[in-house]
Amino acid sequence: MSPAAVAVLAAAVRAGTPVLFATLGEIFAERSGVLNLGVEGMMLVGALAGFVTTVRTGHPWLGLLAAAAAGAALSLVHAVLSISLRANQIASGLALTIFGTGLSASLGRSYIGVPAAGFQPFPLPGLGDIPILGPMLFRQDALVYLSYALVAAAWYALYRTRWGLELRAVGERPEAADAMGVDVARVRYGCVAIGGVLAGVGGAYLSTAYTSMWIENMTAGRGWIAVALVIFATWDPLRAVLGAYLFGGVNALQLYLQASGTGLPVYLLLMAPYVFTMVVLVIATRGTVRRRLGTPAALSLSYSRDGG
Amino acid sequence: MIPPASLRSVEMRGITKRFPGVTANDGVDFTAAPGEIHALLGENGAGKSTLMKILYGFYAPDAGEIRVHGTHKVWRSPGDALRAGLGMVFQQFMLVPSLSVVQNVLLALPPRGWRLDERAAASRLAAEAARYGMAVHPRAQVWQLGVGEQQRVEILKLLARGAGILILDEPTAVLTPQEAHSLFATLRRLADEGRTVIVITHKLSEVMAVSDRVTVLRAGRVVGTIPTARTSLWDLARMMVGRESFDLQDRAPVPPGPVVLEIRHLWADGDRGRDALRDVSLDVRAGEIVGVAGVAGNGQRELAEVVAGLRRPTRGRICIAGSTLAGADPRAAIRAGLGHVPEDRLGTGVAPHLSVADNLVLKRYREAAFGRGPRLDRAAVNEAARGLIEAYGIQTPSPDAPAGALSGGNLQRLILAREISAHPQALVAFHPTRGLDIAATEAVHRALLDQRPRGTGVLLISEDLDEVLQLSDRVAVLCGGRVMAVARPGDVTVEQIGLLMGGAREALSGTTA
Ligand SMILES: Nc1ncnc2c1ncn2[C@@H]1O[C@H](COP(=O)(O)OP(=O)(O)OP(=O)(O)O)[C@@H](O)[C@H]1O
Ligand SMILES: [Mg+2]
Repeated sequence: MSPAAVAVLAAAVRAGTPVLFATLGEIFAERSGVLNLGVEGMMLVGALAGFVTTVRTGHPWLGLLAAAAAGAALSLVHAVLSISLRANQIASGLALTIFGTGLSASLGRSYIGVPAAGFQPFPLPGLGDIPILGPMLFRQDALVYLSYALVAAAWYALYRTRWGLELRAVGERPEAADAMGVDVARVRYGCVAIGGVLAGVGGAYLSTAYTSMWIENMTAGRGWIAVALVIFATWDPLRAVLGAYLFGGVNALQLYLQASGTGLPVYLLLMAPYVFTMVVLVIATRGTVRRRLGTPAALSLSYSRDGG
Repeated sequence: MIPPASLRSVEMRGITKRFPGVTANDGVDFTAAPGEIHALLGENGAGKSTLMKILYGFYAPDAGEIRVHGTHKVWRSPGDALRAGLGMVFQQFMLVPSLSVVQNVLLALPPRGWRLDERAAASRLAAEAARYGMAVHPRAQVWQLGVGEQQRVEILKLLARGAGILILDEPTAVLTPQEAHSLFATLRRLADEGRTVIVITHKLSEVMAVSDRVTVLRAGRVVGTIPTARTSLWDLARMMVGRESFDLQDRAPVPPGPVVLEIRHLWADGDRGRDALRDVSLDVRAGEIVGVAGVAGNGQRELAEVVAGLRRPTRGRICIAGSTLAGADPRAAIRAGLGHVPEDRLGTGVAPHLSVADNLVLKRYREAAFGRGPRLDRAAVNEAARGLIEAYGIQTPSPDAPAGALSGGNLQRLILAREISAHPQALVAFHPTRGLDIAATEAVHRALLDQRPRGTGVLLISEDLDEVLQLSDRVAVLCGGRVMAVARPGDVTVEQIGLLMGGAREALSGTTA
């Protein structure tokens, strides 16, 4: 494989990682029955919080913590509105995205153009030397390695732990979970918060690893891509990897084509990853059987024991 | 015969529960003791489910107190009740369809560490299943199971949890007679082991057959609690209904008219596999009730759905009053003159969040009587609704109450009122009386029989063989998606029909009608 191809593959992983974080988080929220369309807003607020903290302290890990906290804080607004107050989840999520976009833009104004010392790639001993796979997967930064661990952890938590069983039950039939003594609201709060944390981390990846700078609205719709990829992934963490890296791949390819000057209009190339994601989504979910596959039955429905 | 306080496992005192517009429980006292099967009897809407949901911590009572084994309890959630040794099998099963049987059992077991131990749960399940002779498929997903097996899973999961006080809400409503029989045997064993078994029902014969004591509820109040041995069917009926007579009206012979529903060589796939209907042909004439008998899951649902235009047949055709229906188009079926009383009252039968009045005119709101152009004449709608509520005895706090809040019997009255008031040529009724009490069943039967002199053809699909034989002019037996035979009720015995339902075609060699 040519070095250029390997470089594109490595770039694909990098470009896919922020979306992967956000997708994993949204999978948890939706599996518990809460649709959170605020991913884009939470990513942006996470990106800014991570960037500002990294600039101020010089520690990208502190930046990561701040991003996680910011994402979680925003997600809890959605949790209170949609779980406790039983507001419309779509409206509440959209409001979150609008709020997060505006907030990050206004607070981040003075950080435009400021440099930051973010996460740097380093090879994993041994693994980094494997041909093709080494440079592609194991010469990345710490957050990419973290995302690998997270995929495994997410899968394990969902399918092999009691909590995972409870959250799947809550997202499928909350009244049945309730009847078995599961605290529906608590599980949902936890899952929405996980969604917020991971969206924040995904945002921080953009501002402290993928690029080390703050640009207004720098997620450029990746939060929405994450929401779409959850469906593509049929709410499964392992399939989320595939979707995220496909998106990352087209992104990397389009950047490569831009750099090598093909003469194609730049706007067309910039559009490619999004168009591609939509096409893949349509193909992957066509047919009524597939569409129903894996959708949590109680998704976006609030729950209460009426009369309770 | 009321057990002394020391022997009561369940004691509810002065329980009151109000919902908007209705007092579901009004100062109810209820006690049950270990070792007994206690029947809770009452008509639709009497407040049985509400009372037991309060006992299980699903609803908080507005007044009154609960004691379990003598200790005063205030539940914050069903989890508290579960931990105190109670278990409830709800009228609508509380299983997660996308999870396996074992996983549903795991959900019921007390948490042991954060890892899932499916193997331990599976062996626990297998042990309980073997002990009580209840067969289940532990690895199957719940949605794949029939209702009988789902109910066994519900019971087993509570047993695996070690529940000492078991509440079952109308457990036989979805069972075949054989399944009900074996359920009762299991319940007796559970009681003999010293557990408290509470069974909600409105079937008098079940109370007599299975219970030790019975508490009768009427309109949210306790009418009385008595040992079953000291009462009779008639006493219980009187207590439950508060009046004496429940006979069906006579059915005068009606000369059948032209064919209004014609089913020809119909094939259709089911949800779980191919060819749920195989070459079904059937005619229903004006003024005739044609019953369809069969064991659940032999194509009845698919037949009802195809006729109502809710499922696409793979082959064959359907004609309603002369117009042939193509594909799956419920609106075309309605226009051709079809009325439909569906199996799933709440899901398919009504729009639960719309008001009773809106639901009553749901099929007719396009008519000129209800407004011109896009405008809906509310006054006309409400007046029509009030008339129907009156005529069909629908008990509702007001015409504006959401239909979803009605009890099962009243929901069915609403659906019948709507369908019949649209003057259909043909009416499909699927399990029209399932889960209904005597009074509601009687009302449904009367409404169906009333269709004969009006010249409506009725296709009555029911698992209740007595009902089918009592109402139908002709009976078709379905087995494995095929029509085994069509006969007049007078020409066949119940035993012959039973054999045909089991697939023994030779039971009726030669007879067709
Ligand atoms: N969640 C609720 N909200 C409003 N009203 C309710 C609710 N649950 C029950 N009701 C009303 O309370 C009354 C008692 O209902 P309940 O379900 O306890 O009756 P039931 O005896 O179980 O009847 P059935 O035999 O039909 O199951 C009914 O009038 C019903 O409409
Ligand atoms: Mg009930």
